[in-house]
Amino acid sequence: MAEHENGKISQRGSTRRVFLKNSGLTVGGVVLGGALGSLLGGNSEPASHTAPAAPALTVNPAEALMFFTPEQYQLTQAAAERIYPKDDNGPGAMELNAAIYIDHQLASPWGINSKEYMAGPFYKAEETQGSQIRILRKDLFLLGLKSLDAYSSKKFESNFIDLAPEDQDLVLTDFSEGKAPDISGVKSTLFFNLLRSMTIEGVYADPVYGGNKNMEGWAMRKFPGSRMTYTQEIQKEQFVKLDPQGLNSHMSH
Amino acid sequence: MATKLPKVPVVVVGMGWAGGIVASELTKAGIQVVGLERGKDRNTSDYAMGHDELRYQHREELMQDLSKETITHRNNEKMRALPMRDYGTFIVGDGVGGAGSHWNGQTYRFLPYDFEIKTLTDKKYGANKLKPEYTIQDWGMTYDEIEPYYDTFEKMAGISGETVELYGKRSNPYPTGPMLKTPIMNMFEKATKNLGYTPYIIPSGNLSESYENPDGISRAACQYCAYCENFGCEYGAKADPAVTVIPVAKKTGNLELRTHSNVIEILNDGSKASGVIYVDTITGEEFEQPADVVVVASYVFNNARLLLNSGLGKPYNSADGTGVIGKNYCYQVSSASSMMFFEDKEFNLYGGAGALGIEIPEFVGDNFDHSEVNFIHGAGIRVTQYGNRPIANNVVPKGTPSWGAEFKDQSIKYANSFFPVKSQGASMPYRYNYLDLDPTYKDAYGKPLLRMTFDYTEQDRELVKYMSKVTHKIAEEIGADIIDTNEEQGDFNVNKDTNTHNTGGVIMGADPETSALNSYLQMWDAENVFVVGASAFPHNSSFNPTGTLGALSYRAAEGIQKYIKEGGSLV
Repeated sequence: MAEHENGKISQRGSTRRVFLKNSGLTVGGVVLGGALGSLLGGNSEPASHTAPAAPALTVNPAEALMFFTPEQYQLTQAAAERIYPKDDNGPGAMELNAAIYIDHQLASPWGINSKEYMAGPFYKAEETQGSQIRILRKDLFLLGLKSLDAYSSKKFESNFIDLAPEDQDLVLTDFSEGKAPDISGVKSTLFFNLLRSMTIEGVYADPVYGGNKNMEGWAMRKFPGSRMTYTQEIQKEQFVKLDPQGLNSHMSH
Repeated sequence: MATKLPKVPVVVVGMGWAGGIVASELTKAGIQVVGLERGKDRNTSDYAMGHDELRYQHREELMQDLSKETITHRNNEKMRALPMRDYGTFIVGDGVGGAGSHWNGQTYRFLPYDFEIKTLTDKKYGANKLKPEYTIQDWGMTYDEIEPYYDTFEKMAGISGETVELYGKRSNPYPTGPMLKTPIMNMFEKATKNLGYTPYIIPSGNLSESYENPDGISRAACQYCAYCENFGCEYGAKADPAVTVIPVAKKTGNLELRTHSNVIEILNDGSKASGVIYVDTITGEEFEQPADVVVVASYVFNNARLLLNSGLGKPYNSADGTGVIGKNYCYQVSSASSMMFFEDKEFNLYGGAGALGIEIPEFVGDNFDHSEVNFIHGAGIRVTQYGNRPIANNVVPKGTPSWGAEFKDQSIKYANSFFPVKSQGASMPYRYNYLDLDPTYKDAYGKPLLRMTFDYTEQDRELVKYMSKVTHKIAEEIGADIIDTNEEQGDFNVNKDTNTHNTGGVIMGADPETSALNSYLQMWDAENVFVVGASAFPHNSSFNPTGTLGALSYRAAEGIQKYIKEGGSLV
């Protein structure tokens, strides 16, 4: 079941890539012009130039990029989906917009490690000392994406996004175990850990951050989000299922 | 060049529990206090969007900005200490309220045994129970002497709890009744009673009922909303300096609170302080604040660092065991635990509170016989219900991958069907575990960072082995489908361990040769400097430290008033 669904997703990603390639909209890897929005929306119809329709109510204006190129975004979607795939429980990272979340986080002060101690010197750390690298998260992530493709090409003669899900898992396993080549001098595990933790955050953080679309990440695990009181529920023997509420519900208070 | 300000009677460095209590007591007595806080001012309206797991727990909104200052760590003297660049283990508070804003609210007293640990251990087990490298010592104050201050702190904070027979005698019951009991707490209660233990509800700073304290501060009851640790409480139900002692101090008109004011040096001539130098963190401007009394009330790390960077007190030297500043840094050992998974039970674990839990008193201090074991003291064995937030709680049975299809399926399957029997163990001081100044790394103001040399000791590892068996026995009695027990204490890892109870470095005691402070937390070497906080603990007990920190803060406040009247050494 899971594999079937994942196959579909991979195919969809691949279709977008083919469209990008064939549509002549890219020059030297840069996507041109106003068709970008419709490409990312998964809609290959050219946008109308004369009378733009009012956006449908379901359109989320935050569902847009502030950091990735479209290709980087799609690669991130594909990788995140393998960390947290669609299955019988519900949607995977791709549908939950984890890659939108990752894009927005990497564009934020967190992406440039603004609250970390970044002064040198940078010595090699013992196991117990935490990471001691100078590379910023936003750079590590982009280098990691590049490395994902390079390693996939070496191992399977294909870009990561076009691999079968099982092969994508093999590539990611090698990254997680540090068996893929070092990335600018750091273990591939470091990139993998960043991808993994950001994917989990992207499916479970409040929707204000761009992921956890429609709070479906929360709904899968019956997590009610940020309600104001559970005094009654915590005393009950039976499980009490509550619909999730986000931070947005506190805006009226 | 620092701008020199007019002299004041008292300057307090840090506005958390320690600084807040001191400021509140002094200003109520009519003494003018300047409070310097490096972070921002805060009140409950700061937490209108407080139920945000990412922002507060994983992006550490309420914590010290590590880009400005951090600590360096090494496991032993042979290693090169390196900076803790990101948060992994303990979290260090920042802003008005300090760690008292982001804490869970678990508010215990230490045991009578703790305050006389050296005397009582030697008496019962002989002088050689521990190797001489374990530098345990008495606190210079007995439980009976500190009891009234515990009582004052508990009444101010409105602590909710029930009297425990196996702990120190109380002059009064807790001001409010215990917290609610949930199904998982009932399971622990039943199992531990079957095994002959006497479980009790964890004493809580999250109010079980609405309460008005002796200062006239009214607070509402806890709603069990699940956002305590790392978070601030938008109801004010959690005891927090920002909703208790600091408003009281402000109301007197005698507190001048200056936020964004980071103290970098205590001016002194080696035997007396004349004031402090601080930096306005927004403008970068430097100020000198002269004062008759300097109260150092920041977090454990900065209390020690500020003294070392100011040349105040004799730095500890591990080579010969002399000196005191930086001595007896302790942590806690929490690795012994048994994680339980249930196939056909779901609990309402999305709700909870930071101090909601149940515990047994049989394995703490000297409440059990240590003749046949290679350690002293012990651990609280407990089940807690903090509220399982989804980014942080993806717990899966051992052997499950940490990502991918199986991980997702299992983490969702057990999302509401797991809980651990945990332990929190005492930490004994060790000659080679200490704090000093780092020779290489500096903070944003050019001052050396604090260097921590720390690893778990043999005592810690033996304690964990023993306590893991206790957790396993209780888990079996509860009867879970899967029990994963952790029996080993690995090496201390600055990015992995989860306990945040740091203590010591500027310890109290009866002897100026072996301690930095007397029992009023007055420096032996500088009579007008008081160093308040968990930095004063000569060792760390198995209990959460805030109750004892609060009691000692009231004791210090009394001492400062006495000093202002009489002068000289108070002991």
